[in-house]
Amino acid sequence: MKTLRQVGIVGYGAYVPMYRLNAAEINRMWGTSGAPVEEKSVVALDEDTVTISVECAKQAVRRARIDPSLIGAVYVGTESKPYAVKPSGTIVAEAIGATPSVSTADYEFACKAGTEAMQTCIGLVGSGMQRYAMAIGADTAQGRPADALEYTAACGGAAYIFAERSAETVAYLEASYSYVTDTPDFWRRAKEMYPRHGNRFTGEPAYFKHITGATKGLLKETGYGPEEFKYAVFHQPNTKFPITVARSLGFSVDQINPGLVVGKVGNTYAGSSPMGLAATLDVAEPGDRIFMVSYGSGSGSDAFIFTAQDALRDKRGGPNLKGFIDRKRNVDYATYLRHRGQIIQ
Amino acid sequence: MSVPRYWRNEVPRYRLMGRKCVACGARYFPAQPVCTCGGTEFEDIKLVEAGEVVTWTVIRSPPLGYEKYAPYVVALVELDDGMRLLSQVVDVDPADVKAGMRVEAVFRKVREDGPSGIIMYGYKFRPMVE
Repeated sequence: MKTLRQVGIVGYGAYVPMYRLNAAEINRMWGTSGAPVEEKSVVALDEDTVTISVECAKQAVRRARIDPSLIGAVYVGTESKPYAVKPSGTIVAEAIGATPSVSTADYEFACKAGTEAMQTCIGLVGSGMQRYAMAIGADTAQGRPADALEYTAACGGAAYIFAERSAETVAYLEASYSYVTDTPDFWRRAKEMYPRHGNRFTGEPAYFKHITGATKGLLKETGYGPEEFKYAVFHQPNTKFPITVARSLGFSVDQINPGLVVGKVGNTYAGSSPMGLAATLDVAEPGDRIFMVSYGSGSGSDAFIFTAQDALRDKRGGPNLKGFIDRKRNVDYATYLRHRGQIIQ
Repeated sequence: MSVPRYWRNEVPRYRLMGRKCVACGARYFPAQPVCTCGGTEFEDIKLVEAGEVVTWTVIRSPPLGYEKYAPYVVALVELDDGMRLLSQVVDVDPADVKAGMRVEAVFRKVREDGPSGIIMYGYKFRPMVE
């Protein structure tokens, strides 16, 4: 897909809470030996998807150097809304000063809700309906105690402000692509606390099929080969999947390494690939071409091609994602449960 | 706290907005209806989001609604433009708080009106992330 007028990212922000639960602590608790990631992020007692979104949004506004009242859309992609009914986007828009001339909504598409919000913002700006549009992917993901997801279900997010391409653009969009089928690999029914999943069914017919479909679709549409990208970001539910899918599609580990944050923060669901893109933008140089593909259970993938511009060097100051990843405190299993509100008081 | 009362104070608490007396320039946070000079005309001002801890205390016997956060730190914070305000300081062990500690404003949950009521958000401060 291509827009009628050129669109780019004018500001971005990413955040991860400071607490970490190491895989060894989960193994100690349950007598297991898994380690799909080294450790995962855990929220503070007073954090949720909305506070994570505001943190990312404020960084994005600061880097974009724009008047936040000019942002005409704020969309929050998440599967851990603090309210079942009441938009998260209104709180974020109010907190950053984008209200009242703004469109807001919460998006839900498992782990690709954030990139679905990005596609919408790109459409709004590309059509000329909005000057600035903000997409956020953020989650405080749920994993049932002792389930395989408990190792990885983590907390974090990223925000992107889109605008018409100009000298202020940090990375412009070349093209995007969406690939969706009905594939019930992971779900959470209404009023259920934890999601359920199809174990190995989440692999080949779900993650790999949709990422491969979106990648091949976008490469075919643009005529690029994997070697024409400096960096690539694939949705990262664990360390193994993005490396495996990258290699199978002809991308190298060197291309995905800068954006591969899952080992240190876990799977931040709707925040996962947007955080990978932020970590990549934190190190990219003007002219670098970046390939990005999300994956959301249910299932689908959004693929994007961004190219960094000169403004990236100038605008990415302040604390970056690595700063937040390095600012950490490991907690034990009981503290983890307390922070996740799973201890009855 | 009632929903309308929370809602009336959302903007100052979400965005750290204070007020300046048009007559004498005195600044207030939270806003006051009358200035010490007698002036009643004010303009909105955005507070600086960085400052340092002047002094602090650790709350171990919290008021209703704050139980799950105890023990927590409440500090007098002097912003970089000289304004002072009271705020929780989070993402820090209470034993590690020091006078002069550099802090920055963050947006956090302040309290919840039970599991079915509204979630009240507002500013807190945390050690500055460089």
